Amino acid sequence: MRGDQPLLQVSHVRKHYGAIQALRDINFDVYPGEVVGLVGDNGAGKSTTIRILSGVEVPDGGDVIFEGSKVSLKGPLDAQMLGVETVYQDLALALHLDVASNLFLGREELQRGWRGRFGFLNRKEMMRQAEEILVQMNVQIKDIRQKVGELSGGQRQSIAIARATSRGAKLILLDEPTAALGVQESAKVLELIKKLRSQGVAVILISHTMPHVLEVTDRIVVLRRGQVGGILTTKDTTLEEVVQYITGAKSQHSEKEGVLA
Amino acid sequence: MSNPMPTATTLNSTKHQRINIMEKLGDYWTLCVLVVIILVFGILAPSFFSAFNFLSTTTSATEILLLAIGETFVIITSGIDLSVGAVLGLSGITAGMAMQALGNDALSLIVGILVGLLTGLIFGLVNGFVVAKMNITPFIATLGTMGIASGITFLLSNGADITALPTPLTSFGSGNIASFISYPVIVTALLCVISGIALAKSRFGVHTYAIGSNQEAARRTGINVPRHIIKIYGISGLMAGASGIIVAARFASASPISGQNDELNAIAAVVIGGASLFGGRGNILGTVVGSIIIAVLASGLVIVNVQAYWQTVAVGMIIIAAVFVEQLRHRNK
Repeated sequence: MRGDQPLLQVSHVRKHYGAIQALRDINFDVYPGEVVGLVGDNGAGKSTTIRILSGVEVPDGGDVIFEGSKVSLKGPLDAQMLGVETVYQDLALALHLDVASNLFLGREELQRGWRGRFGFLNRKEMMRQAEEILVQMNVQIKDIRQKVGELSGGQRQSIAIARATSRGAKLILLDEPTAALGVQESAKVLELIKKLRSQGVAVILISHTMPHVLEVTDRIVVLRRGQVGGILTTKDTTLEEVVQYITGAKSQHSEKEGVLA
Repeated sequence: MSNPMPTATTLNSTKHQRINIMEKLGDYWTLCVLVVIILVFGILAPSFFSAFNFLSTTTSATEILLLAIGETFVIITSGIDLSVGAVLGLSGITAGMAMQALGNDALSLIVGILVGLLTGLIFGLVNGFVVAKMNITPFIATLGTMGIASGITFLLSNGADITALPTPLTSFGSGNIASFISYPVIVTALLCVISGIALAKSRFGVHTYAIGSNQEAARRTGINVPRHIIKIYGISGLMAGASGIIVAARFASASPISGQNDELNAIAAVVIGGASLFGGRGNILGTVVGSIIIAVLASGLVIVNVQAYWQTVAVGMIIIAAVFVEQLRHRNK
């Protein structure tokens, strides 16, 4: 499943806010098509890590290496240009707009010729592609002309993820995608994450819901107090062990370069 | 939300039909109100149905409608533009002064119109800048520019009307086709069609709704939100400028008191038309209906010999009813 080269390498990343050292020394990597769980207690540094990878925050030190080359992300658009899409908990959907409009928000298909020059939308093409994207991602929506505000939480989450994928993302950062969902809807979102993996898209999944993390991830990066407390292979670990790493009862030495090698 | 699937679907299918009926009626209920108002006035006073009344009512509707078109864009982005009435007045005065200075010829007409439109555009862009770049809430930003515009209007005009307007302008203002459709109505209708299409069919329109629906989402998907907001207020100002020129043309006089309180009627028209002040909702067709309701009430009450002051009472009640019905519709979803 793994390629030879990691898609993303996070190396000695540090970040402080005033006197608070949010990230001390973060090291981990993500391979193409790999689902990596990012877990840890509140304040462990999950959000800060995500914000750095999505370009919202600039780290104080350390390197973010994407596809083998060092990158400096100065804004969310830089990250998106590289193929890193973030789906935040608030999903960033326009509830008054329909499914197709949301999928294409910010990069609408225009008509050809003079009408395109005046900014006329090619609704038909957008609808067709939207249908295609949703079928491909196995997202079930009765009518893509429905407004997103009329859809369920799970459907909205799926649309947000499908949008990230359809923008050609190589790495998708998911922030608590199942936190607000019921059992069935969570299951669908987890299926969607597996689907992403099968399409070669890498995923970093932030979640407090350990059973979900254990179900879909390949590896789990446990953060503790701004450092990597441990990196576990999901199939060789247990819920108890993950919790022990989260609480600090167990720890690997992140100072050792073993993590990256 | 987490209902077991079978119940959810069966519930949905019956509920869905009811919502569809509500929705269909909901989109047209203000139009129904308009038809009822027209019928009532027509029955009470048959002269209401005269060609002359049609001509004068539609012509007077253009003043509010032009402002309301711009206001529709602004309100969809969850903003508000309180300055449009004052900008209307100022644009009329600047255009009038330019035309007065240049004399009674075609050049004067063209320069005057450009000066009026430019006045509106500049005020609109300033509004947009203050809202988008200085992060002042739209209410406060446009309250400020409203004061600035109305002050400048009186400073420039010394409170006096400007009546030395070029003949082509005033004959445009009073011109009509078959004593039925006035030139100002034709221009306004054209602007309605253009802005309606832009809002419904263009990328600009989708971005306008997106910003009103979820500004953060719009920003994250790469839409340049501040620039778009500046454009939106620019449109609103431009429309106010156009309205100011047309008002001056109609009355053959640019008056510093033109446009006073018009912003409230424009906002009322947009809200009656189904727009939400929270953004993301609204359309030009609704705004047209809202504006015509206001104009019809004004002329109809006069024709049936009711004191014109009842117009504001009636408009006030319709606004509250309109918003109440919208709330019911959206609660049902």
